[in-house]
Amino acid sequence: MGGDIILEFVDICKEYPGVQALNNVSFTLRSGEVHALVGENGAGKSTLIKTCSGAVRPASGKIIVRGKPYDHLTPITSMENGIAVIYQETSLVKEISVWENIFLGEFMRSGLLINKRGMIERANALFAQLGMSIDPEALVKDLTIGYQQMVEIAKALSRDAQILVMDEPSAALTNAEVDTMMALVRKLRASGVGIIYISHRLDEVFEISDRTTVLRDGCLVVTEETKNLTRDSLIRLMVNRDMSETYPERPPCADTEVLLEVRNISGNGLSDVSLHVRRGEILGLGGLVGAGRTELAEILFGKARPRSGEILYKGKPVRFRIEGDAIRQGIALVPEDRKRQGVLLHMSAQDNITLPVLKGISRVLVINARSAKGVVRKYWDALRIKMPNPRMPAANLSGGNQQKIVLAKWLATDSELIIFDEPTRGIDVGAKREIYMIMNELIASGKTIIMISSDMEELMGVSDRIVVLAEGRVAGELARDSFNQETILEYASSAS
Amino acid sequence: MKGFGFNRSEILRQYGILFVLIAMFIIFSVATPNFLKVENLFNVARQVSMMGIAAVGMMFVMIAGGIDISIGSLLSFVNVFCAFLIVNFNVHPLWASLAAVAVASVGGFLNGVIVTQMKVPPLISTLAFMTIWEGIAFLISRGMTIFGLPDTFRTLGSGYVGPIPIPVIIMVVFLAFGGFFLNKTYIGRYFYAVGGNEEAAGLSGIHVRKLKWLVYTLCAAFTAVAGLVMLARLNAGAATTGKGFEFQVITAVVLGGVSIAGGTGRMFGVIIGILIMGFLSNGMVLLDVSEYVQRIIQGVVLVLAVGFDCLSKDIGMDKKGVLKSE
Repeated sequence: MGGDIILEFVDICKEYPGVQALNNVSFTLRSGEVHALVGENGAGKSTLIKTCSGAVRPASGKIIVRGKPYDHLTPITSMENGIAVIYQETSLVKEISVWENIFLGEFMRSGLLINKRGMIERANALFAQLGMSIDPEALVKDLTIGYQQMVEIAKALSRDAQILVMDEPSAALTNAEVDTMMALVRKLRASGVGIIYISHRLDEVFEISDRTTVLRDGCLVVTEETKNLTRDSLIRLMVNRDMSETYPERPPCADTEVLLEVRNISGNGLSDVSLHVRRGEILGLGGLVGAGRTELAEILFGKARPRSGEILYKGKPVRFRIEGDAIRQGIALVPEDRKRQGVLLHMSAQDNITLPVLKGISRVLVINARSAKGVVRKYWDALRIKMPNPRMPAANLSGGNQQKIVLAKWLATDSELIIFDEPTRGIDVGAKREIYMIMNELIASGKTIIMISSDMEELMGVSDRIVVLAEGRVAGELARDSFNQETILEYASSAS
Repeated sequence: MKGFGFNRSEILRQYGILFVLIAMFIIFSVATPNFLKVENLFNVARQVSMMGIAAVGMMFVMIAGGIDISIGSLLSFVNVFCAFLIVNFNVHPLWASLAAVAVASVGGFLNGVIVTQMKVPPLISTLAFMTIWEGIAFLISRGMTIFGLPDTFRTLGSGYVGPIPIPVIIMVVFLAFGGFFLNKTYIGRYFYAVGGNEEAAGLSGIHVRKLKWLVYTLCAAFTAVAGLVMLARLNAGAATTGKGFEFQVITAVVLGGVSIAGGTGRMFGVIIGILIMGFLSNGMVLLDVSEYVQRIIQGVVLVLAVGFDCLSKDIGMDKKGVLKSE
């Protein structure tokens, strides 16, 4: 299946400090083909996509778009060549209407005035052609994420996109929405659009793609007709090692006392959530983006307050008005967005690590510099932070080392319960394993962990028990011996 | 290491401003014979002392990511209020001064509360306070200048210890305190954390709201002290005294390398910023530049200082962007 080659990457290389993100990767896309791009987190998929959208400039290699060779694309040349990238998080303007979003920057005009009627008609025609029923005058913020994605696709098509890149389009969708989207993808393929489809859900890859390319650690593993692949062979190509290699062994958690219990918590996007975590356990929180996992973490850490329900910590009811209250009780949060919430990029690694204990090591108001240095030294080696000098700004560190700085910060406060929100997002494979080993060491030293993760293998490889949230509710719970990707996904996409 | 580019722009900011000061110094020394006289230099130091005292408070606010444009009107208010208490009610100058500082601090605290609880942007909240203080100042003075302060009070503004004017000593004490506070105390460290990344600071257990109340309160209190020195120097309280004061202070602080986005800035730089502002206006007066032209030049200086800050931020961002997309 598929026609002429419309997009070709030749020997693309790209390097970041400490990571070879892409190493001589070549890749072709034909018109009228769905080409799946798979690989673990950090395999180089996003970087490849970014060279396509013009956000990243490759160090070497060529990009040939419909016969025209480029050494790199810019966002403008990318758009002019009919390339459109649909990201997980849509780039629509939420506060304005659908039609305005579709034509933003290219408003149809009659004379000096905008031709609103004309644009609404064209939007309607576009939706009809795609078999969708969306009111062009609705505000984008009132649409579900699934529909927002469709609007984004319509927007791309209104600009004659011939090459469509879809980056995890199904990650935030419910099952019904995924079906609608798949139908749309098939329709586009039939009309000759070339589609690069990135997904962690292997079922979708087999259902929709014509060819599959596997990346691993920045290298091209194989490009193959999808029908020649099996699920098992694909996983082996992606991972190239046994699960036990990635996820270090840990003795199973004993039946200990309950450390933290949440009873019927509602508010902050949650409704009636109850769960518990035992001392010395790693509780995994699974679910789709927006299922309420981060919101639950915010409540447990005092960043947000629940409307109703109660939290029992060590058997006693607690109420956190502010983060400091939770920290004093021995709860720590390693947040999802490391650069925005975790590390203070403008401050030194040393200042970052000592921040929560600064008050404790000060006499009257004055910081005891020697104690501060002691705190840093204690965790610097323990966490194997690779940085010549703790006084350098945290901005200079790699993602893995930044994550270790955040961890060091919480080890210094002697926390008992550590909440990890997507602990290895954007961290390379080697550093990932190190983070898992540190988690194991924490558990061995008597700490307790709640881990939020969208990485299914990580969730199953690390957790003792998994609770799956969907739309702000607890959708199901799995014990370690019944871990299973399909069940988790089923829970995660169950609508209430 | 990638970080050097970032550090280089930091160094350029720190020392670039020092070169500007030295260049200005040389130009004015050559251009006017009176500039380099010891008498004139002490004169400049005394002239900038009010600005210097208030700059410490402004620096705290701006490092913590805010701004306070009400300090000019607050200075006027403190002048009028204190003079009114002393002259019309025979209050002892010490008590009148303390009362003025207390009232100003309460106002600053309110500012902080409005910013944190009502989520009003600091520019707007303090803009409101700007006219509120001014209004109260006019109300108290009925638009008149209040004369008749006792001589004891005047020494605060015009006295000397040895060869050094008292206002200069007060300024040096405040600058030293500010530098110490920012570098050595944990609350100073919190200012930088909150200004650079409020969310991460909060997630590290810093009580962000309390901290903001503190910076606005301190800024108002320090401004009140500057107002008292001003009153003692002028020997009269008027509701127009502080006109343009906030502009001078903010310009000095930004010139000194305190980022308007918050999170960075050193006392060393701000001291140089204050000196530049002082020598600039003194040199222009000596060169007979008209007051209107002086204002234009000061405006240009502010735009250049902020522009330089924003540009070097951009460069810094680029460096971070490289790391970010890993």
